[in-house]
Amino acid sequence: MSGALQDWKSQKKPFAAVATAPVFWLGLFFIAPMTIVWLYSFGQNAGPADIDISGTLDNYKRATEWLYLSIFLKSFAVAALTTLICLIIGFPVAMAITFAAPKWRPWLLLGIMLPFWTNLLIRTYALMALMGSNGYMNKGLGGLWDGASWLRTLVGMQPLEAWTPVQLLYNNFAVVLGLVYVHLPFMVLPLYSALDRLDKSLIEASLDLGAGHFKTFMKIVVPLAAPGIFAGVMITLVPALGAYLTPDLMGGTDSQMIANVIERQFKRANDWPFGAALSFLLIYAMFILIALQSMRANKVKEAG
Amino acid sequence: MTEGKQPIIEIRNVSKRFGKVTAVDNISLDIRAGEFFVLLGPSGCGKTTLLRMIAGFEMPTEGQIIIDGQDMSLVPPNKRPVNMVFQSYAVFPHMNVTDNVGYGLRISGISKAETRDRVAEALELVKLGGFEDRMPDQMSGGQRQRVALARSLVMRPKVLLLDEPLSALDAKLRAQMQFELADLQDKVGITFVTVTHDQDEALSMASRVAVINKGEVAQLAPPSDLYEYPANRFVADFVGSVNIFEGRLTLDEPDKAAVNCPGLGKIYLNHGVTGPHGANVWIALRPEKIYLHVPGEGKAVRAAAQDAPDGHNLARGTIKGMSYLGDVTLYDIQLEGGHIIRVSRPNLSRHDQEDFTWDDKVSMHWRADSPVVLLS
Repeated sequence: MSGALQDWKSQKKPFAAVATAPVFWLGLFFIAPMTIVWLYSFGQNAGPADIDISGTLDNYKRATEWLYLSIFLKSFAVAALTTLICLIIGFPVAMAITFAAPKWRPWLLLGIMLPFWTNLLIRTYALMALMGSNGYMNKGLGGLWDGASWLRTLVGMQPLEAWTPVQLLYNNFAVVLGLVYVHLPFMVLPLYSALDRLDKSLIEASLDLGAGHFKTFMKIVVPLAAPGIFAGVMITLVPALGAYLTPDLMGGTDSQMIANVIERQFKRANDWPFGAALSFLLIYAMFILIALQSMRANKVKEAG
Repeated sequence: MTEGKQPIIEIRNVSKRFGKVTAVDNISLDIRAGEFFVLLGPSGCGKTTLLRMIAGFEMPTEGQIIIDGQDMSLVPPNKRPVNMVFQSYAVFPHMNVTDNVGYGLRISGISKAETRDRVAEALELVKLGGFEDRMPDQMSGGQRQRVALARSLVMRPKVLLLDEPLSALDAKLRAQMQFELADLQDKVGITFVTVTHDQDEALSMASRVAVINKGEVAQLAPPSDLYEYPANRFVADFVGSVNIFEGRLTLDEPDKAAVNCPGLGKIYLNHGVTGPHGANVWIALRPEKIYLHVPGEGKAVRAAAQDAPDGHNLARGTIKGMSYLGDVTLYDIQLEGGHIIRVSRPNLSRHDQEDFTWDDKVSMHWRADSPVVLLS
């Protein structure tokens, strides 16, 4: 029975029956609308609600002007920084889960995944409440400041000036912090799955052969976790590149990312063709990233 | 052959507890320099934990491990003069054979030229010349094990630890590797400490074997002593196949002893047993030490058992089971008292297995030095 189902090449009918619905779904709700938007990117506004698909490349020409290109580059830099921080934080977290006692592991993983089940908007506002001028972060820092001031009076020094809240929100720092917060699970899970598959006796063998923990980490753990690292980087970088909500809510006037610009074209500017061109530039960039990743994966497969 | 040598590893009252579970329970033993030492026991007996404590991957809860005169309590695994061959071999999958074998030398800063020479030498030793550029996933299990062996030997450790080295190999390869390991050990002169649950492996390779049961040493002896002079029922039963009968000591003098076994009959031994008179004891009798006859060959039987008084070391029964193994045939014989005794008989001629069949009435006898009296 399993044989019959496995070989879909010789059993076309059941395969077709199973595949029709999802193919139809993808075609109707993904490929068709994307094609329409793609066609828009070669058009121009012919009226408030009319788009004339004339095959013009003006939208792309405009999208590659420095004003927009710089936002593209900045979005990429912010996404790359976010990914790097996620990797630096996520690797030890993934290792800690891997080496935790088996009975704790499901709970730790649950802790990583729990935020997924909470609305992004709520999570972002919660983080903002924490980081606001009257938030707990500022209160905590203020408490430390007051403590330091009091200590100074104890040793006969002048007290410090009164605490002025730090502006934690509405700047690039807040955007990166918010993006790291949102994307960390995307990094931890593929890293965890790579580290979990790693034969622990390889680590012991390395120690046994005289390597310290750092050398073992660099020469054994990192190379063997490379597929997980690349997967984690891709799965973090791509959505971070298209981040919209976090820069919109937590960023300042200078921290808009490309998704915010795109949103403005579709809504306030009502310039769908230009918005479509910007969108597809972003999509092309992601395609290139994904192609690079799969080329690398193939190379590894061939070498192995 | 290793008598009188200095111990290279001294294990002093070592215990290891994982929570409430005691894996190793107050073990003390010495491993002598240059010997092939085997830790033998059923799975879960604590033998692997003991090996991992020698390697430094586990810390003893109590006690002390001394390697080459140095207390290892605070020495991490990467600073110990021992190397380990892992059960899974743990060959680094992202490195070729040369890089795997040279890993430890590179880490310890040995020069490139010396590393190259020593790697080549180690690969020659394990017969892997020509495999230098292979990746581990292009090699068989046996070849990967050789890589792991070379990778450890190239470090010239004082002691080589092997965790179930042959368990993942097929039967033919296992037999071959048993010889090769013993040969290799002879050649390099390094002390080998091997963990195994396979008694054949232990008997064929070891100079001495420690049988471990429930975290304690049940017996420490050379292989032949273990087999012929087991110290207790656990060892007798775990090492080889054995018939065990409960009995009572009725005679115990320096040059003879007798045991009355209700299940088997009267047992006579031509040596003394240092047990209290009338004590409850157990008789262990190996299947190959029992001779099988057709009843009525009484004279021949008595002649063969002449070293025992009349009516001793004899039994009668009916064959209830047979299994032909080629070199020997095993018979399960129901004694007159109802107990089953196992007898193995070598097929010295091509037709020997035809001599007896199911439900045949048979007689058995054994020599007066064959039974072993066990006090525990």
